[in-house]
Amino acid sequence: MLDARILQQLTEIVGSENIAATPQDLICYGYDATQMEFLPDCVVHPDGSEEVSRILKLANQEGFPVFPRGAGSGFTGGALPKGGGVVLVTTRMNRILRIDTDNLVAEVEPGVVTETFQMAVEKLGLFYPPDPASLKFSTLGGNVAECAGGPRAVKYGVTKDFVMGLEVVLPTGEVIRTGGETVKGVVGYDLTKLICGSEGTLGVITKIIFKLLPYPDAKKTMLTVFDSIDGAARAVSTIIKNKIIPTTLEFMDHATLTCVERRFNLGLPDSGRAVLLIEVDGDRELIEKQAGQIHKLIEPLGLVQFRVAKDAAESEELWRVRRLVSPSLRDVNPDKFNEDIVVPRSKVPDVIRRIEVIQKRYDIPIVNFGHAGDGNIHVNIMIDKRVPGELEKAHEAIKEVFQAALDLGGTMSGEHGVGLAKQPYIPMELSADQVAAMKAIKAALDPKNILNPGKMLPV
Amino acid sequence: MTKKQIDPLERVAAEMKKCVKCGACRAHCPAFSTFQREPATARGKVALAQHLCKGDITLDDGTYSAMSKCLLCGSCVEKCPNQVPTDEIVIAAREALAQRRGLTTFHKAVGQVIKNRKVMNFGALAAAVLGPLFFRKVPATSGLRLRFPMPFLGGSRHIPQIAKKPFMKRHPEVIQGEPGKPRIVFFVGCMTNFVYTEIGEATLALFRHLGCTVIIPKGQQCCGLPGMSGGDLDTVRELAEMNLAAMEAHEADYVMTACATCGGALHKLYPLVVGKRNPELKQRLQALADKTVDAAVLLQKLGLAPEETGAGAGMRITYHDPCHHRTAGITKQPRALLNKTPGLELVEMEGADRCCGLGGTFNVYHYESSLDINASKSAAIIATGADAVVTGCPGCIMQLSDGLKQAGDKTKVLHTVELLARKMRR
Repeated sequence: MLDARILQQLTEIVGSENIAATPQDLICYGYDATQMEFLPDCVVHPDGSEEVSRILKLANQEGFPVFPRGAGSGFTGGALPKGGGVVLVTTRMNRILRIDTDNLVAEVEPGVVTETFQMAVEKLGLFYPPDPASLKFSTLGGNVAECAGGPRAVKYGVTKDFVMGLEVVLPTGEVIRTGGETVKGVVGYDLTKLICGSEGTLGVITKIIFKLLPYPDAKKTMLTVFDSIDGAARAVSTIIKNKIIPTTLEFMDHATLTCVERRFNLGLPDSGRAVLLIEVDGDRELIEKQAGQIHKLIEPLGLVQFRVAKDAAESEELWRVRRLVSPSLRDVNPDKFNEDIVVPRSKVPDVIRRIEVIQKRYDIPIVNFGHAGDGNIHVNIMIDKRVPGELEKAHEAIKEVFQAALDLGGTMSGEHGVGLAKQPYIPMELSADQVAAMKAIKAALDPKNILNPGKMLPV
Repeated sequence: MTKKQIDPLERVAAEMKKCVKCGACRAHCPAFSTFQREPATARGKVALAQHLCKGDITLDDGTYSAMSKCLLCGSCVEKCPNQVPTDEIVIAAREALAQRRGLTTFHKAVGQVIKNRKVMNFGALAAAVLGPLFFRKVPATSGLRLRFPMPFLGGSRHIPQIAKKPFMKRHPEVIQGEPGKPRIVFFVGCMTNFVYTEIGEATLALFRHLGCTVIIPKGQQCCGLPGMSGGDLDTVRELAEMNLAAMEAHEADYVMTACATCGGALHKLYPLVVGKRNPELKQRLQALADKTVDAAVLLQKLGLAPEETGAGAGMRITYHDPCHHRTAGITKQPRALLNKTPGLELVEMEGADRCCGLGGTFNVYHYESSLDINASKSAAIIATGADAVVTGCPGCIMQLSDGLKQAGDKTKVLHTVELLARKMRR
């Protein structure tokens, strides 16, 4: 619990408008998309690195934990105030500071919503590709802290591939700049990459310098239906092997299609067992050629439908299939464990087969979809928590799914992070020495363990 | 907390469980866009409602304040991946709040006035009762109160004039049309009856042009939305029964309204809040809901040819979707009518489907925030360079006019029927 004196000091830092501690406020900053809940003692909305610095210095002095939070849309509990403390919300820092069209860089504050930023740069003919599913509401600060991905990662990479530099308030309150805005730069350790994906455990991001690209000339969307899951999975590796890198290569298995079809009646062929939604972008002539090549390459793999969108409206229609996945999953079972394993792209067929075996063994529905083009599969284990034994079964199945990914040279999380949800499984992926190295970094930067304590690394 | 206080929330407890707190509502909630704090989001209110049921928090000022920050525009419901009916959850919470805290003197006065057309007709008295609100002189000491605006009072600096003679006083109850043509019951609504009478006249002219018989039941009352907005659902239930009786007294093919809000009450709210307690009443209210149709939708259905009404003439317009139309799926029909009108150029504004910021309670209780939401709406309208913004709800018309005037802009604000009937003899 925070005493009145500390609350008073926090109030002096952020102003009385920007601190809240009513029961209602605490409830509303105690959740995220994991459906876990931990109540903080107080919520602050600072503006700028100086205020953040003062809060962290006070926290070190008084010994209370601080939990940075953006939109609170994470899937692993990274922003949850487990054990109580102060939630530090970054959304007041929501200015796009500059978009430099000469150097193709932009500087933003962490609270800018991803889509807002994308729209701002697109108006200038520029492109910020990372597109997590939450882009309409998640913040760039959260995207960087969790190293968010998205469908376009196949071609363009993930958030960290676009971060050139940061302003970070260290857990002890010092404000530092990392990286910069030059294409090259090798002086010192790459702290920028260290902070990306550090889940708010190593510092509070207060400014971000992003790399931008020219907005692609055109794009082409294709919806392809296969008569076997294996055919679709092999199509992914075949396309990549033939040196075509689509923008997106979204995969949906039969269980996913059944959900979507049952609820929305999209008229997919009955013989369809898996769908790939493929998009290519770039020069108009080139993408025409690529679309033709893709069709030729995947035709022998049991293709039962190949639809190409003629225009933006048709493209939207094809994407609808993918967007409807999430809302329709609840028809299978009320509770969902949404994992996001990644394997090398050539191993997508293998991992799908392994998951099918796991599903049969545990006899629980597992729905697979996701960004297969980069090997990232969203494995949704659907259970009903009210049924005795289901939860335990789900945990066992999850463990086996992770093991399958790791056996094939993959990782247990591509873009959701560890937070609280995947913490227990960390020893499956990281060696004791790796964990020790990470803990040493954390201890060096945050000796009193006040910034987002108890997250990511096993306690 | 006694059982009675929680009852309305129990009604929607199962719906609350559907919310997975993903945060998608943050992108679509107009209240969140201005407050920028989590209790203003849909998921925040759902979380609070869940904790109310659990008994972790009470129906105190903090809950009151959070639940008041909702325009009931329904955009979160539409965009929610799990279609959580946050609007219904907020209505239930407000009802629980009203039950717990009771209605203030002011609330009671409003309830009495909207329940009583005789009082409403005596405009001077209504204005006197509500005078303080009219001039925004409700003392700040009123504190965290869910005050609701009268449907005919703006609560803004640019308050529309109350008509000298209410619309319904100018016309007989039945205006006979051609034999064999549809018989239409006209649910007028307070804004049209007392303030924007020209909307009523235009509606009447258009349906008479189509040869319809138009019935304006004398017994009709306020739809009750202002009561609902403040959690006074007992008043809504009373009004629902009075309106039902008034409408049922006439044989008709349709119950038509030119007010999106009234349409929302008849179509969705009545069966929702009244039905369950009385199955026979529920059935009758559902029948009324099924018969209820928006004026523009009906005009299109009955094949109004805009070129025959002389509505044309070179004019650039833009269209605003009232929330109560959008949530009922009425977006294409008014545009189709306007697009058929010769000489009319329809330019879409950015965010035509975004709430104007009126939101019943919201406009009065959170006037500054309401203006803030309205300001982006005004900017979008002005950016189209349109001569007029057209919409289907007198409430929106009041709010849009206020916003545009405050922005120093001269864009006209018109109801779809007004535009269509512009050149017709009344």
